[in-house]
Parts: sequence; C-alpha cells; structure tokens
Amino acid sequence: MSDIDIRKVVQEELNNIAPEVDMASVDPAADLREALDIDSMDFLNFVTAIHHRLSIDIPEIDYPKLITLDGAVAYITAHLGSSKS
Amino acid sequence: MVDFRMPSLGADMEAGTLVEWLVKPGDWVKRGDIVAVVETQKGAIEIETFQPGQIEQILVDLNSKVPVGTPLARIRTEAGEKPAAVAAAPPPEAPAPVPVVPPAAPAVERPPVTPPSPPPVTPAAAARARVSPAARRLAEERGIDLSTVTGSGPAGAITYADVERRLGEAIAPPEKKRVPGLDLDAMRTAIAAAMARSKREIPHYYLEHQVDVTPCEHWLAQKNAALPPDNRLLIGALTIKAVGLAARRFPAFNGFYRNDKFEPAAAVHVGVAIAIRGGGLAAPALHDADQLSLDELMSRMRDLVQRTRAGRIRSSEISDSTITISSLGERGVEALYGIIYPPQVAIIGIGKTVTRPWVVDGAIGPRSVITITLSADHRVSDGHAGALFLAEIGKLLQEPDKL
Repeated sequence: MSDIDIRKVVQEELNNIAPEVDMASVDPAADLREALDIDSMDFLNFVTAIHHRLSIDIPEIDYPKLITLDGAVAYITAHLGSSKS
Repeated sequence: MVDFRMPSLGADMEAGTLVEWLVKPGDWVKRGDIVAVVETQKGAIEIETFQPGQIEQILVDLNSKVPVGTPLARIRTEAGEKPAAVAAAPPPEAPAPVPVVPPAAPAVERPPVTPPSPPPVTPAAAARARVSPAARRLAEERGIDLSTVTGSGPAGAITYADVERRLGEAIAPPEKKRVPGLDLDAMRTAIAAAMARSKREIPHYYLEHQVDVTPCEHWLAQKNAALPPDNRLLIGALTIKAVGLAARRFPAFNGFYRNDKFEPAAAVHVGVAIAIRGGGLAAPALHDADQLSLDELMSRMRDLVQRTRAGRIRSSEISDSTITISSLGERGVEALYGIIYPPQVAIIGIGKTVTRPWVVDGAIGPRSVITITLSADHRVSDGHAGALFLAEIGKLLQEPDKL
C-alpha cells in the first residue's frame, strides 16, 4: 500500500467523523483534534476504523503519534511495513 | 386492540411529523421495538411501542404532521380484544379506510381565556384568537407579533410550530449542510425555550469540586492496553458510572420537579449532553447507568453518541433522563456550570483533565485533576447535600476498579 493510498484511507475515515471538513484544506501538521474539532470519542472511533480497515493495532499509548495527518500516515506506513516483513 | 399514539417528547411538543414506518400491517412487535420515526424540533426520534402485539392498521401516512395523542397505528394485543390501560380514548367511530388528520386536539391545547374586549385589529385577527400556551410563550420570548402568524391548528389556532415557522421567516434560513432528521435551527429554538424556562423557574445553586483522577488514568491505561479499540474505555464512562451511583445514594438530585413538587425517580437515567457538529446539542439518556458494567456503559455511550449525531434518538431516550452530565471534552475548559434541563433538578459539569501539583501523602507531585461541578435546584436541595453528593462522586473515582 502506497503512501498516497494510506493518506487517502486516513482522510476518508476522518471525513466519516467530520463530514463537512474539506480534508484537502487541512494542514497535514495541524493537531487533528483542533483542525477537525473532534473529541476523545471521535478519535477512538477513528482508531477503531483504522484498526478494522487495515488490520493494524494502535495501542492507546501511541495515540499522540497519530495526532496529525502526517503523523498518522507515517505511523500506519511504518506499522503496515513491519507487520508484513 | 390499542392505539399507538403520537407521543409527547417534552412539554413544548405539540405535534410531530411521521417520516418513516418501520413496520407494516401484520408485523408482530414487542415492547421496546422501534415502530416509526417522527421528526420533531429535537430531530428525528425513533418511536418505540410499549404495547406488544400485531400491527393491525397504519393510520397516518408518511410526512403527515399530527398533534400529540393522535393514533398512528392500531395494534392487536396478544390477549386479543382485552383493552389495555393506555387506550383511554373511546373506540374509533368507524374504521375509516384512509384516515386523515384526526380532529382531536391535544389535551394541552386549552382554549385561551375569553378575550375581554373585541380584538382591536382586523376580522382576520379575531379568527386567529386561539393561540396555544406554548406558542404564546415562544412568541413573547422572541418578540413575534401573533397577528402576523398564520395558524394551522384546529379552527385556525396558532400552534408552537406556526410561531416557529414565522421565526424561520424572520431570520433568513442559512444554507447549512444538514444531517437528515436534524434541523439545527429548530434545535436551537428548543434549546432556547428549555434554557429560558430553566433560568426563569429554577433557583440554581452552584458548587465545584476538584478531583484527582490519576487512579482512573492508571487503571484505564492498564485495562485498555490489552484491549482492541472496540472495547477500550474512555474516562467518560467512569464519570457517568460514578455520577449514577452517587445519584442512587442522593435521591434529591435524581428526579423531576413537576406541579410544584419534587418526584424522586426510581431509576437513574443519566442524560449525556452530546454536541452535534454544526452547533446543536442533545442530551439523550443512558438508561440505568448505575446498574450497567463499565463495558456495557461504554458501548451504549458509543452507540448513543453515534446515533445522536446521525439524528437517530429513540423516544424513550429523549424524555426520561433523571439527571444530566455535560462534559466539554479534553480540549475544552477546566470547569463548566450547566443549566438544569427542566423538569430535572441537577446537572453535573465535567471539565478537562489537567496536570496540577498536588499533595499526596505529604509530598507534592504532578497529578491529573478534573473539576466537577454541580448545578442544583434549591427548591429541592441545599448546598450541604450538594457538597456531599459531589464528594461522593470524587470518592467513587478514587477506586475505579470498584465502579
């Protein structure tokens, strides 16, 4: 799965939570909680969705690494890679 | 045979629009089944039946707006023709094949006081002299001249919805992305009416209490580490459970103030204030929050938040909360003081978790602290009892494994 595909998945799942947000206009380095106005329940739903869609585990302790769009993509990329090899 | 009627989902509700039937004639239903979806000011509400049986006939067509109390469908009860207690109305006159909107006015719609003098304005205004109390109140609050409102009720009576419509005309409806079943403007009107009534009628008092929730955080981190995301808990589940248990112990904060007296509730149904994207707010109930396990509470909370934001609340959830919790989340403020949602008598506010220097066993260290507030009704309780109630919540949060 390419970097671009992963980014698309992340954006889609975030859009499911915040449908009115134009993901293209979100700063990839911004705190998603603020950029998208999402709460802890929304974030848990995001993690749950990624978990189901890409079959990767995201322990709670790693949440801070996924707090930006770039961070989430990097984390998932690394995680997908390591679980395959 | 019993009638399944348009329920009242709040004191201000006079009518609802039937937007979806989930059953058809011949279907069997049991107590608690969702039978229809009704659109109200509070959004689309899923209406449950309390009467088991077989759907005999659908009486109201889709998209019809009918007053509270109108029979929507006829249910043949399992015991045959045994009349149920709810069927207070006389049997239907004749089985009209295609019933139109029944003429029965809702019980709340009292005829207005006879006008002492002939209405000063036009004959049209005289014909519109009938105004429901809720409509009059809304019009007064929002500064709407009733002679400019067209009545759609019986004999041209002006209903709450008519005034709302007039309000909508006054303020050009903004172009908003709309969640199906959620009308944020109508919701704002409903919030305004409930909160204005609360501030007018309820003598609030306010208390706050800072609680060290480090034990909760440690316990949650440990528990969640071993769980897939579907089963993880949020601290919100712990606070709701703690409030539920404390409300059970302190009944003066759990119930309804109606007809000039307090009625403590037998069950603890915690209303959870849920923000809706785009600016709305609803506080549907988590039933029996004091009885549920934390896992069950969490999964119900996720379901409730998801359904509320999608505009799908159930009738039993919208009207029967016995106490409310409002939390502005992890990026919000440290303390919030809620406005009681009538006819309830208390609302708990939960601020965000902050790290503070705190003294534990004689030494200062960083701890996670939340501010829990109580707004309560002075007609029912005093600050002393309120302080004990808050202290109990704080104490319960020190031992999360026992929640």
